[in-house]
Formats: sequence, C-alpha cells, structure tokens
Amino acid sequence: MAALLELQNFTVELPRPVGSVRPVNEVSLDIAEGEALGLVGESGCGKTMLSLGLMGLEPHGARRDGRAWLEISRDGLAARVNLAAMAGDGMRKLRGREIAMIFQEPMTALDPVMRIGAQIEEAIRVHEPHLPQAEIHRRAIESLELASVPQPDVRARQFPHQLSGGLRQRAMIAMAVAMRPRLLIADEPTTALDVTVQKQIIDLLLRLCKELHLALLFITHDLGVVAQIAQRVAVMYAGRIVEMGPTLEVLARPSHPYTAGLLRAAPRLEGKKFVPIPGAVPRLDDLPPGCAFAPRCEFHRCECDPAVPDLREVSPEHLARCILVP
Amino acid sequence: MTGAAPLLEARHLRKAFVVSGAAWEKSERRAQAVEDVSLEIERGETFGVVGESGCGKTTLARLLLRLVEPDSGEIRFAGEDWLAASGAHMRQIRRRMQMVFQDPMASLDPRMRVEAIVGEPLEIHEPALGRKELRSRVADTLEAVGLTADVLPRYPHEFSGGQRQRIGIARALILRPDLIIADEPVSALDVSIGAQILELLERLQREFSLTLLLISHNLPIVAQLASRVAVMQAGRFVESGPASCVLSAPEHPYTQTLLAAVPKLPAGGGSV
Repeated sequence: MAALLELQNFTVELPRPVGSVRPVNEVSLDIAEGEALGLVGESGCGKTMLSLGLMGLEPHGARRDGRAWLEISRDGLAARVNLAAMAGDGMRKLRGREIAMIFQEPMTALDPVMRIGAQIEEAIRVHEPHLPQAEIHRRAIESLELASVPQPDVRARQFPHQLSGGLRQRAMIAMAVAMRPRLLIADEPTTALDVTVQKQIIDLLLRLCKELHLALLFITHDLGVVAQIAQRVAVMYAGRIVEMGPTLEVLARPSHPYTAGLLRAAPRLEGKKFVPIPGAVPRLDDLPPGCAFAPRCEFHRCECDPAVPDLREVSPEHLARCILVP
Repeated sequence: MTGAAPLLEARHLRKAFVVSGAAWEKSERRAQAVEDVSLEIERGETFGVVGESGCGKTTLARLLLRLVEPDSGEIRFAGEDWLAASGAHMRQIRRRMQMVFQDPMASLDPRMRVEAIVGEPLEIHEPALGRKELRSRVADTLEAVGLTADVLPRYPHEFSGGQRQRIGIARALILRPDLIIADEPVSALDVSIGAQILELLERLQREFSLTLLLISHNLPIVAQLASRVAVMQAGRFVESGPASCVLSAPEHPYTQTLLAAVPKLPAGGGSV
C-alpha cells in the first residue's frame, strides 16, 4: 500500500543563543493507510517535537527542513502536500481536516468552560462554515458515538470536568476524528490513565484505525503499549531514529543497544529482573560527534565516535543505527 | 507470626473525607477514602500496595505517617501506640518513618539549595548538631544516593528528574529512618531512569536495613520489588499476600482484571 505519510530527512531546528539544536534530526519514516506506527523514546528524544513539527505547531523561530509528504484528497483527486513547507492558512486548512492530534492530558487540551458537544461542533464549523447547525450537531453526536462515548446526547451537554479521565480522552478522540482526518497523531494518549482504562482507549484507537482507514502515529515511552497497538515501531534517541521495524521483531530481537537497554529496564510482571541503563539522556546542545548513545553503551568502541552511524539493514524491514549490525 | 513484633501494624483503619457540594446542598457527602484496612509490615521487607487512581493508596500512606488522622483504627509502630503519641514522643517516632514523593519537582523547595534541602530534617531533629558535622552528614547521604558533593550549592531546577528524585531520597534517608514510604517514586520518570531509582531503593534497603512500603499503580514495578503485596480498590484491600501468589494466581476478580490489563512485552529481547 502506498504511504499516506512519508517523511524524508524531516528536521526541526531550534535556535539557541549560540548556534542551534535539532530535536528532530533527519527523520525518515512512512505510515500507510490503516496502519499504526509506534514512536518510542524517552523525554527529550524529540518525539513530541516531531509531531508538533508535522502539525505546524513548532515553537516560534523553529526551522523545519526536509520533506513530510502527506497524501490528501482534493475534490476527489489525490494530491501530495509537503507539511514541512506548509504554514499559516494552508496548514490551518489541513489541521483537523487531514491531520488531527490527541494529547496526553485531555483536561489541558479541552476548553474547561465549553460544553463537550460545542467543542466538537466548533472543530467541524471551522472547516464547514456553511453547514446548517442541525447538521453540525448531528455530526458531533455521531463522532461521540464513533468514539464509543455512552449516552452521547447527555455527554455532549456536559463540561470536561464532569467526565472521567477515560471519557475525556474519548471526547478528545471524537473531536479529532470529527472531520474524518487521514492521519491521527496520538501523543502519549494513555499515559495519564489507569491500566484498565488504557486498554479500552488502545482498543478504540485500533478500531478507528481500521474503520476510518486512519494512519496512526502513536507516540509513547512504553514498549508494552507499543506491542499492543503498532504493527511497526520506530525508536528515537537524541532526535534521530535509532531502530525501526516490525514491532514483534524489534522487541524480540532488538538490534540497537538502546532498544535492548529499554527492554531490560522495563520492570516485568514475571521473569527477569530489570537492569537500568547507566547515565542519562545527553543534552541536545552537547551531543558527541558520533553515536549519541555511545557514552551509555556497553558495546562502545572507537569506531562509534568519529561519525553518527547510518541506519543499517538487519533484515529488509528492520533497520538499526549501530555499527554492530553487519 | 515471627518472634519480633512487626515494624508497622495497622488495624481497621478508616478515613472519610467530606466532599463539599454546592453551598445550598444540605446534606454533606462523605467519600470513604480508606475503609477497614489492616496490615502488618515486617522489619526489612518491602510491602507493596497496588491500586488505580482514587483507590485510597495515598491516603493510606498519609494515615500511616499521621499526616492525616484516621477516623478510627489503630496503628502501632515498633510495638508502640503511634496514634497516642504526642509532643516529643511523636517527633521521636516520626523521624523513624520518612516519605519519598512522586514528583520531586513539586516536593523540593525550588528556592533552597540541595545542602539545605537534604540537611533540613537533620537540623530539625538534631538542632545541637554543629555546622561541620551537618555538612559532612549531608555529603555522606548524597554519596549514598549516587550524587557527589559538588551538588551541594545547586538548586533543584538544575537537575534532571532522576537526580531530583535522588535528592528527595537523600532527604528521607538522612535521618536514618526504619521505614520509608515511597508513593509512586518513579511514575514521573522515564523507564531507563526509573529503573535506576528502583535499583537505588533496593540497594539502600540492604545497606541501611530499611523497611519499604512501596505504593504504585504499576503492577510490574511492585512485582519486581515487593515480597508481599496488597491490592486496593475503593478504599479496601481486596486481596493481599506473598507477591508471587497474588500476582501469579490472583483470586479476586479485580486483581485479575488489573493483571490482564498490564501491557505485556514479548518474551526474549533485551540482548543485542
């Protein structure tokens, strides 16, 4: 299947008093229609800046580079736009209609003094100002139903604080899919939720992915969650993708020491004891010239230091940025 | 029953909070945060309390430390009636139990230097201590949690989350307590850093013969650290026992639901 989203050396550069840093550094990846790609990494690895860069919501003064091709349909015709070059009105037309995003904490993303229904209606009205109010309302209720919000008519009249955390996340998902976007970016959508609710939200996203043929970019720090939701996974470290491939293969046979370290550091219900990764994530303005993970890596050797290693092929679908890959 | 008394023993603890409704509502609603909880924690063990948000686990921790007073029930610490203690006796017991909080950014005073943050409990409990002695005890404690003396003059915001949590642990540790209550100690941290902190807690427990009460919503973390666990739901312990039994053969349906919802990592992995 053709890729719906295709990143080619997508970069986000932030200015600093002296020089600049790249929280997203030459990232290339693609997501097909109906596919969920998991983007994994720890705080500061650039995963959130990547999603903000795609939405055109990067901080003021940031520079985007490379290509971020998104397949869109205009008047029934397929077209391709480069998100990295879109801004202002052009971007505003795409946001919500073609790309939507949901966040970790729905309470901070929803307007606390606006009823749920009205917030979803607003998201529709922005793109379809000429639709009659009754039709907009009908679509909003339909979106809540789509997100499996029980009693959508009742919930639509409530305010965010009257909803539980899980329901708020469903309401935000309803708002995100109200215009039937093609790409949904979910940034740690289940991190603030209890495990039992987390599972329901993951199941909902998987169902929507199928029913609406969404391409889903699912950002998380939790490898266990990735295993539940994503067919493919990309692991990010210090702004770069360090490993990418089919989820089960990457988790069962990690080829980058960082991925392996993350897997060992995650406490499991049974079996092996967790082993921490020594050291800390490097600062973006103080990266080594070579592999950014080298200072924490047990396999570190001289060849790691002169230059950043390329992504090498472990198998046709599986890439790792490590000199240990033959 | 072992020969010695348990370090901490609670019987039938209850605590309800008044939920303030609208001003014109006559009857006040009460939320039962902790409902008939009993527990015994032996010296040197790690006791885990697992539950989802709102189950009452943090209130339980606050009751055990007497940061809030229970409505009814008893607590005995090292055989003494903890709820009856007051004045100097209360302070004497309290220094033997310390707490580590979830968010070190929120629990450390941003305007205090590390030296003052870590030294403060000691200054309060041992005011006669000399300046030099205080400083060397702070430095020793920081070393025990993996920090060096050059952090002394710095402020909390200069540190990463993991380092801040180490400072929080040092503040709890400096009084050489018998019991440390850790409430979600790694929830705010990344996986690789969280694992470092968990490992540190385990090491400190061995080195300082600590008893640990670990409170978490994260079953795998509790499974890895605790020898015994209690599963809490709506203010009650619905199941408790040796960690290996509760987590491998859960009897209560709620424990089963919780376990089923934990995202599983595929077996293997972890080696390049």
